[in-house]
Amino acid sequence: MRLDAADRQMIDSYQRNLPVCERPYEEMARALGLTEEEVIQRLSALQEQQVLSRVGPVFEHSQAGASLLAAVAAPEEQMDLVAARINRAPGVNHNYAREHTYNLWFVMTAPDEDTLEERLDELEHQLKLPMLRLPMVEGYHIDLGFDIDWEALP
Amino acid sequence: MNLPATGPNYSYLFDTESMSAWGLLRLREQLENGLPLTPRPYQTLAERTGLSEQQVMNAVSQWQQQGLIKRLGLVVKHRTLGYRANAMVVWNIPDDRVSTLGNAMAADACVTLCYQRPRRLPDWPYNLFCMIHGVSRERVLNQLAGLIEQHELSNVDHAILFSNKAYLQRGGRYVSNC
Repeated sequence: MRLDAADRQMIDSYQRNLPVCERPYEEMARALGLTEEEVIQRLSALQEQQVLSRVGPVFEHSQAGASLLAAVAAPEEQMDLVAARINRAPGVNHNYAREHTYNLWFVMTAPDEDTLEERLDELEHQLKLPMLRLPMVEGYHIDLGFDIDWEALP
Repeated sequence: MNLPATGPNYSYLFDTESMSAWGLLRLREQLENGLPLTPRPYQTLAERTGLSEQQVMNAVSQWQQQGLIKRLGLVVKHRTLGYRANAMVVWNIPDDRVSTLGNAMAADACVTLCYQRPRRLPDWPYNLFCMIHGVSRERVLNQLAGLIEQHELSNVDHAILFSNKAYLQRGGRYVSNC
């Protein structure tokens, strides 16, 4: 999806450091040479177009609660069905198909480790598929707010 | 309200500290859906949580300082923008080298996420994970070749797991119940 210059500049400037003040969108507008209303409209449109998942905080998972990357090997013809079941499980926030015997990869979150374990046990039992459970041992780079390379995009 | 001077202690009913603790929990829950797109988003959150606008802003600032919020800003869906090739590259690195290599690879411009996870033998021998978000499969494979050359990884067992579909992608739900 091609974005106009103002949208691109907004993304470049505000993947982090969104102001914490009474009228943050007005402050953004001033810096971007737009009006507050334009900023709000553009953000809503970008959310609607699925360019932005949201405006807001990204929580540090190790402080926010428990989370874990898991994978299952679903029979090829049942992938959509299994994926839908995974999506319905409480706490699941990412779920991707990947090219591997373990072909469905998802992240599950919970308020604490015990709840997480219970949720995974329950899901594993429902799916009747062996599950890889891969908690993070050490993060070297765990923030997806990288600079967008607009020139390289289609 | 007149409280009886004697008898059971009802003071917990009016404990402002625990009231705001409840408000803060609701604020966390609200924030997992993102900041409202209203002219005064912190005021909107205040109305939804029973806190004041100032309390909401203080809480957000404090959570940023404490590191609970690691980033406050626009959360991009890279796939929509045209990052169509997302590869999870996994490596089997000797335990004594994994931290050093992880840090080195994390510094590479093409690596967008990098972390260590446990092996699960015999099915899963890999302990280091790198994400490469790229525009095309070809470009990602080129970037990977560069990574292998730069960090001398040609003898390291690895696998490339391209993702061909996102079934779900949203922020973590640590507090909210869905």
